[in-house]
Amino acid sequence: MSNNAPVKKKRKFELDPRLAAYKGVWVFIEHERGQVHPVSWELLGEGRKLADMLGVELAGVVLAAPGDDGKRFCHDAFAYGADLCYLMESPVLKDYRNDPFTRGMTELVNTYQPEVLLLGATTQGRDLAGSVATTLLTGLTADCTSLTIDLDNRSLAATRPTFGGSLLCTIVTLNYRPQMATVRPRVMAMPERQEGRGGRIVEHPLAMAEESIITKVLDYIPDDSRDKPQLPFADIIVSGGKGLAKAENFQLVWDLARVLGAEVGASRPVVQAGWAELDRQVGQSGKTVRPKLYIAAGISGAIQHRVGMEGADCIIAINNDPNAPIFDFAHYGIVGDALQILPALTDAFRQKLATTRRAG
Amino acid sequence: MHSVVCIKQVPDSAQIRVHPVTNTIMRQGVPAIINPYDLFALEEALRLKDKHGGRVTVITMGPPQAEAALRKALSYGADEIILVTDKAFAGADTLATSFALASAIRKIHETHPVTLVFTGKQTIDGDTAQVGPGIAKRLELQLLTYVSRINEVDEGEGTITVERRAEGGVQLLKTALPCLVTMLEGTNDMRRGSLPDQLRAARHEMTRWDRVAAGIEDVTRIGLKGSPTVVNKVFTPSPRAEKAEMVTVDSGRAADLAVELIARLGQRFPVVEAELARRAG
Amino acid sequence: MSEKFDVIVVGAGASGNAAAYTLAKAGLKVLQLERGETPGAKNVQGAILYADALERIIPDFREEAPLERHIIEQRMWVMDERSYVGSHFRSDDFNKPPYNRYTIIRARFDKWFSDKVKEAGALVICETTVKELLRDDAGKVIGVEVDRADGRIHADLVILADGVNSTLARKAGFRPELDPKHVALAVKEIHFLPKDVIESRFNIQDEEGVVIEMMGKITHGMMGTGFLYTNSDSISVGVGCLLSDFMEQKITPYQLLEQLKAHPSVAPMLEGGEMKEYAAHLIPEGGYNAIPQIYGDGWMIVGDSGMFVNAVHREGSNLAMTTGRIAAETAIELSRAGKAMSAANLALYRKRLDDSFVIKDLKKYKDLPDLLDTNKQFLTTYPELLNRSAYAMLKVDGEDKRSKQKDIYRGFRAERSLLGLLGDAYKLWRAFR
Repeated sequence: MSNNAPVKKKRKFELDPRLAAYKGVWVFIEHERGQVHPVSWELLGEGRKLADMLGVELAGVVLAAPGDDGKRFCHDAFAYGADLCYLMESPVLKDYRNDPFTRGMTELVNTYQPEVLLLGATTQGRDLAGSVATTLLTGLTADCTSLTIDLDNRSLAATRPTFGGSLLCTIVTLNYRPQMATVRPRVMAMPERQEGRGGRIVEHPLAMAEESIITKVLDYIPDDSRDKPQLPFADIIVSGGKGLAKAENFQLVWDLARVLGAEVGASRPVVQAGWAELDRQVGQSGKTVRPKLYIAAGISGAIQHRVGMEGADCIIAINNDPNAPIFDFAHYGIVGDALQILPALTDAFRQKLATTRRAG
Repeated sequence: MHSVVCIKQVPDSAQIRVHPVTNTIMRQGVPAIINPYDLFALEEALRLKDKHGGRVTVITMGPPQAEAALRKALSYGADEIILVTDKAFAGADTLATSFALASAIRKIHETHPVTLVFTGKQTIDGDTAQVGPGIAKRLELQLLTYVSRINEVDEGEGTITVERRAEGGVQLLKTALPCLVTMLEGTNDMRRGSLPDQLRAARHEMTRWDRVAAGIEDVTRIGLKGSPTVVNKVFTPSPRAEKAEMVTVDSGRAADLAVELIARLGQRFPVVEAELARRAG
Repeated sequence: MSEKFDVIVVGAGASGNAAAYTLAKAGLKVLQLERGETPGAKNVQGAILYADALERIIPDFREEAPLERHIIEQRMWVMDERSYVGSHFRSDDFNKPPYNRYTIIRARFDKWFSDKVKEAGALVICETTVKELLRDDAGKVIGVEVDRADGRIHADLVILADGVNSTLARKAGFRPELDPKHVALAVKEIHFLPKDVIESRFNIQDEEGVVIEMMGKITHGMMGTGFLYTNSDSISVGVGCLLSDFMEQKITPYQLLEQLKAHPSVAPMLEGGEMKEYAAHLIPEGGYNAIPQIYGDGWMIVGDSGMFVNAVHREGSNLAMTTGRIAAETAIELSRAGKAMSAANLALYRKRLDDSFVIKDLKKYKDLPDLLDTNKQFLTTYPELLNRSAYAMLKVDGEDKRSKQKDIYRGFRAERSLLGLLGDAYKLWRAFR
């Protein structure tokens, strides 16, 4: 595991000359059933920054069945910042399967030699990333919370939580290319879409016959998403933690959320205690969220949780311990009893919305 | 049917408790456990054995104390446990780990042909989910990740049918045996080993393989040497540059504070104000 | 299960390990069952290891056991809110090996002790709770049933070492419900500090250690004591009071501990430390009068399960180890002589305890718990008076000493009548005699 690797001193580093030919930042454009997963756009936004720091081009990588979808995805990628797109079309790429996608991606990498390859940390992205990294015998850092370039040696510095989420560590892949990283959805900001922004498409065939592929997709059963919590894209989230003391008190979180029309989130201990379902867990081993407003009640703010919500525009934290870590990164800190403050906020917001409604 | 389950011993971060008064994190004296995600893999392998007969071998690459995790696995009803341990493995990242485990599995296959390799979805201390795919690649096994259900294993036909979790739904996949499966969490309930199994596990004489016994010749592929990724530094995140606006509240003031706060919110964060306006309308 | 053992030991704490080790070393077939995840997982202690008790079980324990510091200084503090009157004893004699008492960290110590038990040949199974004792038609205990499939297992003898809250002993009718007046609820924390800081703060070097026992107003009139022990690179601090007192008062054990840590004499000792562990536990306090029947046909009770704790001297783990050892020795003797583990034969266990310091000490202090319970002035008034008097005498302010003495005496008399004072002195003397 990468976090078991010992800390190395930074010394003047010489990149293997064979690897100097690797240039460019690539982002895997993940799609399922005609829809690109938004994490791909988030990664293009981040990739743009990395490419600019390195002075290289940003490319999207699309593997799809022949048809219009592939080209459409490329044009979307240009709108989100890609300079070019590698497009690989083949009937065997119709549904995601590990074998053809790994083959396709590794072939593209070996042909066009990027120095950085980013994928979303989704089931598809992680499945693909692990296989590709092992095939290419290169380094892969998973679930990164931030990415930057160390210009001294042109290397990708990937930061992620470690030690069960209580600390952060920065990992580098020095003498291997491409440097691979996966990033969870919503960790990076969605970039602005620039309509009309163009780019070039590089088509590359995949010489792989369906008969040679052992895994077959028999069916696809879509989720019934009607009643499921939709935290990743919620704009207002009210979250509760173990500081609320009892399961019954979690109701106060729901009350405030209802008034605000917000989604309800929870810390890991709360989910483990059964006060809220797993889909509501916010944090390193739960969902990453980027709401405009995040209200955290009774949550200490350990890194575990922090990395799941620190991208929120405005964080209000309520905790009766003035030394709670959450106050280090909240915008508003209320030191007091959440059991009294939550109802007070519920009333105040209710009034506020009523007033605004009447005025509007 | 022979399933090989790869597990890892990890520090129990779930037992990292929070002090009831100060809310600080207590990490001392945290015991080591089997990575919880691996248990779903182990249970699935044991269920296949219940149904189809055969054997379950559990292996881990780790330091000598990882023996305790293997004995635990044995106490659930596994047939064989192997500790792959060698100083040369120290500092291994996921690439080096999958190399070592793949070698060991190849060795196991020589005496007892392997039908299925199981791993958990990811570890709670590394979270990378890379070792399973790595092993599959090296052993040239079909890879089935995020499996929520094993629908059928047909040994005669040499195929397996599973349900695999995708983003918006579930894929129904069929592929050839042998293959590698990473199990999703929450897919089964771990059994409680019987008393005879506990006694058997306590009495068991450990099988330990060093790198030679695991069939590894190229030492540049294992441990630190075989690890492309390197940890540059470990740190705590810095507090936000702009400090939070703090206020302490006693019971009487809660209502007033709430109203004040919402007013301040609107001033300082127009994007939040706009969002609230949207919801009012 | 058809397999049979000579002895089943229920619990892998201090008394259980002492028993299991002694039995296994003597060649008996031993099965030890622990309900926690690991041996000692459910154990909490200050913690002080009494070398004498362990030496009699593992004579060379000092070579391998994880020991923190050997104790060379004992401080006893009688505390007021802002001060304390204390007596210290520090001796170079305690600094000559082999040392007599050590501070330990239970998590590490229990693991080592359990490894020794396994080395000695006992089978140790964890995460397994004994639901019930198995009995034959005559009522003799012949084994246990655990909470796993195929979970019945037989033995000639079952030793209950399953702690202060032994549900097993209660279910079997060996012990009544725990009386809140007979147990204390204690909480403790471990604060980590660099070795050299601890050494300079406590005026010790190398592996020397200090123990501080505290009483007085820190327990808000409740029956209890506080403690502070130096480990190698950490400090254990804690406080405990009678459960019945906690139930009456509104204060929680943690609040009590926070106040103790904030005491102006205690806070500087913990300054800069990082708290890394906290725990809570029940401690037997009933003394001699609370000891249940400790043996019967096919069974024995050892350790906290038998309420073997000397509350006055804060000795528990040595009584646990000693009762465990003596129980084991009794069983070994009977086994070698081919005798049955009957109540009549096991009575030897009780007799041996009666002849040892275990029962002798408990008997000596048997009246103290009740005395202190009905005479709360020892916990509040006297500590306060003592502290005030000391302050008055030591403060140089121009008042003549005889007047000061008169003031002090008047202070005492204001709180207690002359008869009351004399009565208290007599009661204390009686209880300690």
